Amino acid sequence: MFRFRFAKFASLASFGLMLAPLPALAAPDAETAFIFNSLSFLVHGFIVMLMAAGFCMLEVGLVRSKNATVQSTKNIGLYSIAGLMYWLCGYNLMYMDVSGYIGTLMPWSPADASITEAGYTGDGTDYAASSDWFFQMVFVAAAASIVSGAVAERVKLTTFLVFSGILTGIIYPIQGSWTWGGGWLSEMGFSDFAGSTIVHSVGGWAALTGAIIIGARKGKYTADGGIRPMPGSNLPLATIGTFVLWFGWFGFNGGSQLAMGSAADVAAIANIFVNTNIAAAAGVVVAIFATQILYGKIDLTMALNGALGGLVAITAEPLAPTPLLAAFIGGVGALLVVITVPLLDKFRIDDVVGAIPVHLVAGIWGTLAVCISGGASFGVQLTGIIAIGVFVSVTSAVVWYVLKAIMGLRPSEEDEVSGLDLSECGLESYPDFTRQS
Amino acid sequence: MMKYIIAIVQPGRMEDIQRALSEIGISGMTVSEVQGYGRQKGKTEIYRGAEYTIDFMPKIKVELAVEGKLATKVTDAIKDVCNTGRIGDGKIFTLDLSEAMRIRTGEVGQAAL
Repeated sequence: MFRFRFAKFASLASFGLMLAPLPALAAPDAETAFIFNSLSFLVHGFIVMLMAAGFCMLEVGLVRSKNATVQSTKNIGLYSIAGLMYWLCGYNLMYMDVSGYIGTLMPWSPADASITEAGYTGDGTDYAASSDWFFQMVFVAAAASIVSGAVAERVKLTTFLVFSGILTGIIYPIQGSWTWGGGWLSEMGFSDFAGSTIVHSVGGWAALTGAIIIGARKGKYTADGGIRPMPGSNLPLATIGTFVLWFGWFGFNGGSQLAMGSAADVAAIANIFVNTNIAAAAGVVVAIFATQILYGKIDLTMALNGALGGLVAITAEPLAPTPLLAAFIGGVGALLVVITVPLLDKFRIDDVVGAIPVHLVAGIWGTLAVCISGGASFGVQLTGIIAIGVFVSVTSAVVWYVLKAIMGLRPSEEDEVSGLDLSECGLESYPDFTRQS
Repeated sequence: MMKYIIAIVQPGRMEDIQRALSEIGISGMTVSEVQGYGRQKGKTEIYRGAEYTIDFMPKIKVELAVEGKLATKVTDAIKDVCNTGRIGDGKIFTLDLSEAMRIRTGEVGQAAL
């Protein structure tokens, strides 16, 4: 009886305490800031991880069903390879003791200097080492997946996976060391908040060299200069993939604030979310208008590309612009995509999903657009774009050619025509559609 | 003389044909999804800025074996159901059928139909 009454009294008292005015909190203490910074990397990081699924859905939806299995395998394969390569050599090549042009070639392992037996001894501006590795790793994976869409339906699976390993373990980290690793470009003042150049155009250049060197799909371009479209097999899947990528971009751009330990940081992240969304939305609407005007019909696949083009464009500076400027940047990105897609066909460069217009062209635009919000000088941005462009193109081309000599880039013509799923994987994606068991 | 009737018609006509034929006593047929064209021109589609024509349109092919004296009734029934007056309605072919067999019992001729 007494115990019951006491419990009632205790709970009433604590309820009263809750209602009493709390003392005004000062800025979070150092350890709290450390926690929030790390949390930002972890949460934004796993949101970006889902972009691997988004890319997979988008690409599978835009290839023909006879290649859906291989496309899926490429996506889960490259995400995993990226995760391993970035641990084995990539991260430290990008961040450890960067000399100006390159980091240190050795495997990464976590080391949290500010967490000792005495507790947290840092000043609140740092974060858990593994949270940073994780966040950077999902970015590398995004860069690699850009290539898989462009060269789809006619590249050998194993060759592509090897290329992904080299891109994620060596090429990407080296150019990343020039910028985010603290190297020569960052010292010049090159500004790329979340990676329009560092991630997206890198994937775009690798994709461009691949598409050119590997060549077009058999039958895509006819001898008399004609173009034979090869429509995607699952546009709803491609649409859902785009939505998933859009979702992932909140982690991509939001987490690139690199801190969440203060009100200012969180407000910045909030602004970033808003600008990111507006840029993507403007991209879709511009693509809808543009295709309606150009072709008399709204092209869903271009609308999807438009969203992504807008997202890539805002990625270089998602914080500083006003919403109106963000819409402008995203809209122009989408317009560039709509123009570039048929242009690539004119040059007989077969990009199955529009990865080159979306990631390379919009990525360049986004990097230059940083100058509009005053965050960088045009000359420095251009220097970075060209330097990274040349570096990635040349190294990628070398790798493609070496792989061509060692392993071959393309399956045989009959295998390509009958579908890579059977020849590369011995598996069909939709066996029930033609054969009932 | 038994007859084998092949009707190539617009998709979506299956249920109408089945109803019309069962009213005249026909209780079996085979249907397949095919592509074809005749005087009906193809369609022009545009995918990511590149135009292409699809000449082959999806169609339904209905096949059935009937006793000779029912053949005209069957073709008339199908025609009445599928005729919209527009190009693309389709065609019906009647072939002589020299033999038919029911697999389960081995019956041949009219008894197999």
